[in-house]
Amino acid sequence: MARPIDRRDFLKLAGLGGAVFASGLAGCAHMAGSGAGEFYFVQLSDTHWGFKGDALNPDAHGTLPKAVAAVNALPIKPDFIVFTGDLTHTTDDPKERRRRLAEFRDIVAKLENRNLRFMPGEHDASLDRGQAWMEFFGPTHYSFDHKGVHFVVLDNVSDPAARIGEAQLAWMKGDLDKQSKDAPIVVLTHRPLFDLMPQWDWATRDGKQAIDLLMPYRNVTVFYGHIHQEHHHTTGHIAHHSAKSLIFPLVAPGSRPKREPIPWDAAQPYRGLGFRGIEAEVEKPEYKLAEYPVKA
Amino acid sequence: MRRRSFLAAVAVGALFGNVSRAEERVIKVLARKFEFVPNEITLKQGETVVLELTSDEVTMGFYCKELNASAEIVPGKAVQLRLAPERAGTFDFICDVFCGEGHEDMAGKIHVTA
Repeated sequence: MARPIDRRDFLKLAGLGGAVFASGLAGCAHMAGSGAGEFYFVQLSDTHWGFKGDALNPDAHGTLPKAVAAVNALPIKPDFIVFTGDLTHTTDDPKERRRRLAEFRDIVAKLENRNLRFMPGEHDASLDRGQAWMEFFGPTHYSFDHKGVHFVVLDNVSDPAARIGEAQLAWMKGDLDKQSKDAPIVVLTHRPLFDLMPQWDWATRDGKQAIDLLMPYRNVTVFYGHIHQEHHHTTGHIAHHSAKSLIFPLVAPGSRPKREPIPWDAAQPYRGLGFRGIEAEVEKPEYKLAEYPVKA
Repeated sequence: MRRRSFLAAVAVGALFGNVSRAEERVIKVLARKFEFVPNEITLKQGETVVLELTSDEVTMGFYCKELNASAEIVPGKAVQLRLAPERAGTFDFICDVFCGEGHEDMAGKIHVTA
């Protein structure tokens, strides 16, 4: 059963994982509504179930189960777990796509915490505009509230051209209109909303429109996936944090002439893979990030 | 303004439509799963060319950031993209519309010689 965490717990927990990164606007006090306080959630991303390629990950079938076991073994139980897209590796075969989605669903069913939040990546959803994905996981964009934080899940992948689209942007505006300008807001999505590296397809074509809608809100943080590595960026006062993958890492943005995966290193298996724990301190608001490796 | 709209407006003379001028070289480029044919294009600096982009299968994308050139290629509808590169170099282009299993390797180069 989940229990409240305190700073000492989190630091102990983070010490098991690695670097801690603080995100938020320290000193920008927020009078949170009822249920405000602290909570802890976990982000997993880019699991690419169905991928095959020993040069990049000879344990492609074992990595996600290992991550599930690692989350279950966390000494502090998260309130919920988010998957920021590319649950499965793409396939042109609709039957195989559904088989991979079903297998993924069955594996993550082993997570002890059943409060799971999903969103698609382009590998899941771009070839059929999210049809198969929705059969398993429901709507591709939605919002929810948790202990004083408003979460907005955006779909920037069901359109194969990486657009959020006018209809979803209108929904987003209506959803945000219900929030006060100092409400703590977290956006969960797959692709970066800003132009990280458009020439590597690391962007959302109309991401700027989403950012423009978010700009009037003073306490906004974005968590996303897609680029298979930890990355931190700000657009104005909005922080954007990408997560590691659970299949293979990609090279750092702009570090090579082209986007490419980093080969498996037998001397350091699972290097560059991992998941993230996030401690939300609602009243500041502030998010402390701890990165956890995958271990053999 | 959306990225594509912006690029269409300013892109080194990029023009969508079916009109090319008589003196301009037209280079036909087929986008198919999962390659561009040809995937290497050589131009002269200052030369104006028209890329005539087609796809027979699914909607594809053409995006060359450094030349501000971008287009969506819908099956059965050729799109013309006018380029007049002002500097020499080699510039990568990609398919930026997710088109299938090999999408992430679908790329090419434009070589602009001085």
